[in-house]
Amino acid sequence: MEVTITDTVKLIIEDDGQKSHPCECCGFMYGKEENGKRIITRAEPVNNTKEENRERRFEISPLDYMKAEEYADNNGLILLGVYHSHPEHPAIPSEHDLKVAMPYFSYVIVSVKKAKVVDFRSWRLSEGKFAEEKVVFKEELNLKDLIKMGTN
Amino acid sequence: MVARLEVVPPLAPTLQNQNKMAEIIIPTPLRKFTDNANRFSTTAKNVGDAITELTGKYPGLKEHIYGSDGRVRSFIKIFVGEEDIKHLQDTGTSIDDKTVVSIVPAIAGGGC
Repeated sequence: MEVTITDTVKLIIEDDGQKSHPCECCGFMYGKEENGKRIITRAEPVNNTKEENRERRFEISPLDYMKAEEYADNNGLILLGVYHSHPEHPAIPSEHDLKVAMPYFSYVIVSVKKAKVVDFRSWRLSEGKFAEEKVVFKEELNLKDLIKMGTN
Repeated sequence: MVARLEVVPPLAPTLQNQNKMAEIIIPTPLRKFTDNANRFSTTAKNVGDAITELTGKYPGLKEHIYGSDGRVRSFIKIFVGEEDIKHLQDTGTSIDDKTVVSIVPAIAGGGC
């Protein structure tokens, strides 16, 4: 499994992780999927609505989730996943992450130590467990890439 | 003088007639179980029947919506408009042709 993430998306996620430190950040990721190739072109930070333990937990409100689905539908994008940070912990899914994980979604986790992102990884459910997917960072898509995607 | 008959075209179905069904919005992660459909129209009269109809058509959805006890899983929320059905009449909540039902997966987790 592989996911391509644009540099802008990477910056948005890292910036959110660093600014939210020591609390966990979270947000949605959107993009396209053609012939099994997944490209994330947009990230949207959302509020961590967890009231306690925000250093170790995050939660996104159902209304924010519904808005995210609506945004994707209205803009010809696919809601491809969710990102969050693990302050002072590795970018590896926890049991809490696994418990509520959904199929199909990419789960990006950034490890943030002393307010600095030190690791950026992505995971996807496979047969009830998380499997790491290779992350390829890429500059913004240009017209050539879009034409190539359409012809593949 | 010859009377002229006006040809009246058959009444086109109005938008209202076409949409006389409640709609269920399928969340993206579950669309692989609905042949990629993002919406499902139903004439069911309450949320429970609507979800039963949906999972009847797409059986692969069942295990992701219902737990082994036959109840909606704790990590799935069902909304009617912007109201959680837990704050209404749960799966007995009435729906009509203007209702939009959303299946909302819990998005949560944490570092350790």
